[in-house]
Amino acid sequence: MSIDMSQFHQVFFEECFEGLEAMESGLLTLDMGDIDSEIINTIFRGAHSIKGGSGTFGFTVVAEYTHIMETLLDEMRDGRRKVTQPAVDVLLGSVDCLREMLTAIQNEQDVNNASVAKHKAALEVVLNGGSVTAEAVSPVEQELTSEVVAAVNVVSDVVEEKSVELEEQGWKIAFCPYLDLLKTGNDPVRLFRELNELGELTTVANIQDVPAFYELDPEECNISWDLKVMGDISDGEIREIFNWVEGDCEMEIQPLVKAVKPVPVTKKMDPEPVAVATSNNFSPKPVEVKSKVVTETKKAEPQDSDNDASKTTAKASSIRVDTDKIDTLINMVGEVVITQSMLGLVGENFSMDKVGQLKRGLAQLERHTRDLQQSVMNIRMLPISFVFSRFPRLVHDISSKLDKKIALKLVGENTEVDKAVVELINDPLVHLIRNSLDHGIEMPADRVAAGKPETGTIELKAYHRGGHIVIEIIDDGRGLDKDKLLSKAIEKGLIEENNLLTEKQIFELIFMPGFSTAEQLTDISGRGVGMDVVRRNIQSLGGNIEIISELGKGTTIAIHLPLTLAILDGQSVAVGDETYIVPLVSIIESINITERMLNKVAGKGETFRLRNEYLPVIRMRSIFNVHSGNPTKSKEGVLVVVEGQGELCCLLVDELLGQQQVVIKSLEANYRRVEGVSGATILGDGSVALILDVPGLVRFSIR
Amino acid sequence: MAQEAENKDIDQYHYSKNLDNAVQYLSFALGKEEYGVDILRVQEIRSWEPVSRIPNVPCYEKGVVNLRGSIVPILDLRERFNLSKAEYTPLTVVVVLQTGDSNKTRIMGVVVDSVSDVINVDKTEIQNAPDFGAKVSNEFINGLVSVNERMVMLLDVDKLLKLEALDQDES
Repeated sequence: MSIDMSQFHQVFFEECFEGLEAMESGLLTLDMGDIDSEIINTIFRGAHSIKGGSGTFGFTVVAEYTHIMETLLDEMRDGRRKVTQPAVDVLLGSVDCLREMLTAIQNEQDVNNASVAKHKAALEVVLNGGSVTAEAVSPVEQELTSEVVAAVNVVSDVVEEKSVELEEQGWKIAFCPYLDLLKTGNDPVRLFRELNELGELTTVANIQDVPAFYELDPEECNISWDLKVMGDISDGEIREIFNWVEGDCEMEIQPLVKAVKPVPVTKKMDPEPVAVATSNNFSPKPVEVKSKVVTETKKAEPQDSDNDASKTTAKASSIRVDTDKIDTLINMVGEVVITQSMLGLVGENFSMDKVGQLKRGLAQLERHTRDLQQSVMNIRMLPISFVFSRFPRLVHDISSKLDKKIALKLVGENTEVDKAVVELINDPLVHLIRNSLDHGIEMPADRVAAGKPETGTIELKAYHRGGHIVIEIIDDGRGLDKDKLLSKAIEKGLIEENNLLTEKQIFELIFMPGFSTAEQLTDISGRGVGMDVVRRNIQSLGGNIEIISELGKGTTIAIHLPLTLAILDGQSVAVGDETYIVPLVSIIESINITERMLNKVAGKGETFRLRNEYLPVIRMRSIFNVHSGNPTKSKEGVLVVVEGQGELCCLLVDELLGQQQVVIKSLEANYRRVEGVSGATILGDGSVALILDVPGLVRFSIR
Repeated sequence: MAQEAENKDIDQYHYSKNLDNAVQYLSFALGKEEYGVDILRVQEIRSWEPVSRIPNVPCYEKGVVNLRGSIVPILDLRERFNLSKAEYTPLTVVVVLQTGDSNKTRIMGVVVDSVSDVINVDKTEIQNAPDFGAKVSNEFINGLVSVNERMVMLLDVDKLLKLEALDQDES
């Protein structure tokens, strides 16, 4: 057997991370009051498949760890344990811890054993302590659980954690196999023998279900057992034995010495938390310690996002594609091949009477090529939920840190967008959402005072609009204060005092470097770096960003991005003998004009009056030094009204040629950046045409 | 006489074994001058075809062409070296050169009058280009070598095609 398992590692890790994401989102959606068993099942399945996979690949650390999580989840699933907020928090922490472990393994680094042990201990305490509270969960006991969690968090020593395990005096196991247990190749006797090795085992077989002898099927297992194991055994060890029969039986594992439980658990800790746990549950102290647990899980957050970053870079090499998409692609290729052979036949003995056939064939080829192109592009398309799915956690963590009540609403998660865009949009979005959380949404008290619902809403919305994807971040917070923005800008010397700015221009101020309106800096946002970077990132993707805000009502930030970075709808224009491509998205309209319709400004600049608005005119001929072609032609030309960075301006070209989709090729690969040009493309005749960079052109023309 | 024979022997040795000391150059003509480039840098030789002009760049950067799907800039070496301009004819040749280091390679075409030959050069025979002072720029010239009594100037491809450096020179 020499199968190289490492070839499956990549798939395994991807599946694990997917599983973790599913678990995380499941945990976040869990509603304490009304537990949806389907969600718990999803979380359980995530843990289960990670455990299975990691066991197969020999990552025992992960397998052991997930096993504990699974046990806990299993009890929640069966309703033997109430789902409590502290337990969920610990589980969330474990998801982080697992992710950390997996990333470390993936990058072939050492797993951080201390943090694993810490999380493991926390889990086990919930597991052990929880089985007591499961009977009747009163707030007091919940407090107790979290208290114990805190205690173990403090003591991160593995040895002591071990001693927690050893506290069990024995277990009572109700083992009730299904009829077909034996058919799956499992033998209860073998299980009992293993149990016996753990500790002293007493078995009581219930044979009341065994049918009369003549009805007996020897392949069916009609007996159930009540088992008692005495000794220092952990729950995990027992479950490990029953691991293989889990799906084939009903099983209940209960510790024998229930009442003594909480004491032994805490006994090993420092004496102080024990005193707290047992004496006064309602004193402020447990609450204080509880908050400590929360912050501790939070602390893992920056590390976590680091891991996320490295994860995306590691992931960048592969992409998961829907099989449907591949099937369409294969169909399409088949069609193209058929058309090609048909055309080949036509060409073999060509005569004029076959022209019609040839034309039809070419038309077909054209259609197939376009479809093919479309479906190849489709392969690169991913739903935006790849980005969105991280935000519930972000919002959950930050809002609890800020003591704000915030609900996140995701709309249009299935909107598809190019993979490259998905990868690059994450950081700007995180930044914008943090901003909304920190500055946008007010404290609950302020919200109530302002007559708004206590819980703030942030809506993250994605939809397609005309070859673009629009992502909107809508919050119902305090909105932007125009006067404050203005005075701040003047104070920082970013604008002149007497400058009259439109509302839009005022909002644009926050994109200026070094501009921050936050009164005090927090570690979440407000250092004045960011918004300018956000805008630059988005612009480098060929998109733009817009702010609409109303004081006291909320802010909407809309990001427009091209669906793909590889193809662009272009309008080809002629300037002299040369052809240029203007991105269609930036064109507002085109107007046929004559020289007389332009107005000179100070003898140099020119403007054009479009519906009572004077727009600057850029003569493409002069800005690009075109001397070819018939210059008299420019007496009459076409004005292409374009929008670049929110400003309208007119490009004067000789002629409009046609609209087409062009494949963007980089000029910089072999050459360098050229001002006013964003790239190049290859036209139908094989020649190269330059794609105009409209905002760059506007900037260039001003100089 | 004896020494000549010895030289010849050595040369043959180089030609056959292609040792480190022997380097092959592609020689081409610009007017009456003859230049050579390291043949390992030559990707292909093409005939001249019309280029798409790039606005607002030095005149020797003629424009870009589509070379099997990638956009490749074309430089005119005559104009680069401030020689008299020549008309482009179907016989005008574009030598496509590779440049750059291991992490990024660029491809560029240079327009020359005609390609002459592949010459074998013994590294030890390469002479340094004399310093002409400010009058003549010899920054692209790695050295001089004589082949059949003709002088061939060996060009440094990397320096020749370094556009950013050129941009800085101009500003």
